[in-house]
Amino acid sequence: MVPVNPSDPSPPPLPAPKPPWWRDRRVVPWVVQAVVGLLVLLLIAFLLGNLVRNLTAAGLLLSWRWLQQPAGFDISESVLPFNAQLPYWRALAAGLVNTIRAVVVGLVGATLLGTLVGMASFSHNGLLRRLARVYVEVVRNIPLLLQLVFWYFVVFLTLPNGVAAIQLPGVVLAKSGLYIAGLGEGLRWMGPTLVNGVWQAPVRLSVEFGALLTGLIVYSGAFIAEVVRGGIAAVPKGQWEAASSLGLSWFATLRRIVLPQSLRVIVPGLNTQYISLAKNSSLAVAVGYTDLYSVAETTLNQTGRAVEVILVLLAAYLTLDLLISALMNGLNHLVQIRER
Amino acid sequence: MSKARLLALAALFGLVGCASGNEAPGSPTMAKIRERGRLVCAVDGAVPGFSTVGPGGAFVGIDADFCRAVAAAVLGDATKVEFRPVTAGERFVALSSGEVDLLSISSTHTLSRDAPGGNALSFGPVFFYDGQGVMVPKASGIRRLRDLAGKPICVESGTNTELNLADRMRELGVAYQPLRFQSGEQAYPAYEQGRCAAITSDSSLLAAKRSGFKDPAAHGLLPELLSKEPSAKVTVQADPAWADAVRWVSHTLVQAEESGLTQANVETRRAAARKDSSQAEQRRFLGIEGDFGRQLGLPADFTVQVVKAVGNYGELFERHLGPATPLGLERGLNRLWTAGGLHIAPPFR
Repeated sequence: MVPVNPSDPSPPPLPAPKPPWWRDRRVVPWVVQAVVGLLVLLLIAFLLGNLVRNLTAAGLLLSWRWLQQPAGFDISESVLPFNAQLPYWRALAAGLVNTIRAVVVGLVGATLLGTLVGMASFSHNGLLRRLARVYVEVVRNIPLLLQLVFWYFVVFLTLPNGVAAIQLPGVVLAKSGLYIAGLGEGLRWMGPTLVNGVWQAPVRLSVEFGALLTGLIVYSGAFIAEVVRGGIAAVPKGQWEAASSLGLSWFATLRRIVLPQSLRVIVPGLNTQYISLAKNSSLAVAVGYTDLYSVAETTLNQTGRAVEVILVLLAAYLTLDLLISALMNGLNHLVQIRER
Repeated sequence: MSKARLLALAALFGLVGCASGNEAPGSPTMAKIRERGRLVCAVDGAVPGFSTVGPGGAFVGIDADFCRAVAAAVLGDATKVEFRPVTAGERFVALSSGEVDLLSISSTHTLSRDAPGGNALSFGPVFFYDGQGVMVPKASGIRRLRDLAGKPICVESGTNTELNLADRMRELGVAYQPLRFQSGEQAYPAYEQGRCAAITSDSSLLAAKRSGFKDPAAHGLLPELLSKEPSAKVTVQADPAWADAVRWVSHTLVQAEESGLTQANVETRRAAARKDSSQAEQRRFLGIEGDFGRQLGLPADFTVQVVKAVGNYGELFERHLGPATPLGLERGLNRLWTAGGLHIAPPFR
């Protein structure tokens, strides 16, 4: 500061001198950001350079030609038609579609289960309330991998097989999978039939898919139940009391008054759970379901293109999760309070 | 290898986090092993006869003993091994990333795994001659591959067997459902629980796994073999000196059997050869004459260390796989060339 003599009014007060640049509020943040940005870029460049140098030394330069080569292995359960002569990229695509199938069905199932259990923890029925607590505490404290192995080996693989399978009209549940009647060849209605000791039906879900799905739904359902419970608990008690003074039933109160208001607390938490469900689906390898990770692992082993295959995997899971995130952010925007 | 290249390599390994200080000629891997004082050896860990955890908690099996043989050759102590169980799917990455020094797992030698433009691995001599078989429950009435039409077949993903199965079924024009499991620890229980009509792998592995089943006698192999599976020990191509050392440890086991050297008699035979200069071949093999150990970057008496630690190839086979074991495998192609088999060691000279 320039000393100003208050007793001397004649010269007009000088404008405050410019501080040096390293104390300038407009300059410093830019400098700091530039330096940090440069360091990050240097680190990335170092890591990439290191990768390329080491790969070159090991005789492995990045290459994508393998994507066009025939895969050579079969996939039994695929939405996209696939056989061993098709190229690797088709195998990866088939794996990705299988992953998406498990994730989408898993998301719907886990949301339904989680919402029901979350609601049940506010029930007037003490037994229901305690069951919901037991479910949540047991399931979320056991590793998912262990649960998947349990569902697969202990529950699904102990189902009866062949003629002994559980048969209901139009539906058969056997050790090899769930068979459902539907439109078969020539658009004729076909029920499950036993051909040469193997069940056949227009709609077939393998037990591997069943075990993965059950595991994902039960596991994520417990976390979602907690998110829903938190959301419901966040709605002020007065809302419940007002609804009940209007004569609304417990269920109607939840459906029409409490749940809509709790959504704005629930949705952000749900986003996290959805993303972990998508990532957890890669544990499918443990139960023999051919998902993207399983195909990628075989591809990696057959081609030796570890870095490239891992890059594909990273990109695929990242895209899937960002997509889920974007959808959930959109939903979040919809359920927020409109301030007028 | 020039000094500059050596320095560059050392610098490169330094980047991965294990700078090597001493200037042992040739192999950076061997330098690394000597520095840390133990060999990191990848095994399957769940195949009886090849590598499993024994009752005492130590790894047992012919693959595990090969690791010990290499440790005995390099470090002079067969106990200096860190076993690292890896799955079929992750074994090659574990090796190329430097996580392990050596793969002692049934790994079929194929062109794409060997070639610099493929996996860029280095294979030793064939350690075990095998072929891919198919195991079915005897009660199932399945007698040939064709009988498996439309049926689920369990297979380990990321293996050669997965590809052979696809090839053979395509040749036969038989549709089937492959059930791909990440490791045998899932595939075999799934088969035993009846999820698949059959399971396919190398015949020796099938026999090994069957020996651990609740009722081994209820399962049999189909007469057809799907492929030839000569399996070998694997190292990385970037370190040819290390690959050579491992290769000659493998040859040592076979040559020892041919020369009649066993775990029990190798010391006395060496003492006898020391006194008798007419046993030229024996003296070269046992490191009394010549400097063959040094040429490989190994101690002069590495052959003696190997045989003392684990015995010769025939002893290994009898101890872990032969008729006296639960696996009860015949030696068949795995006999020495002098006995009508395929194992032959090049001359130690």
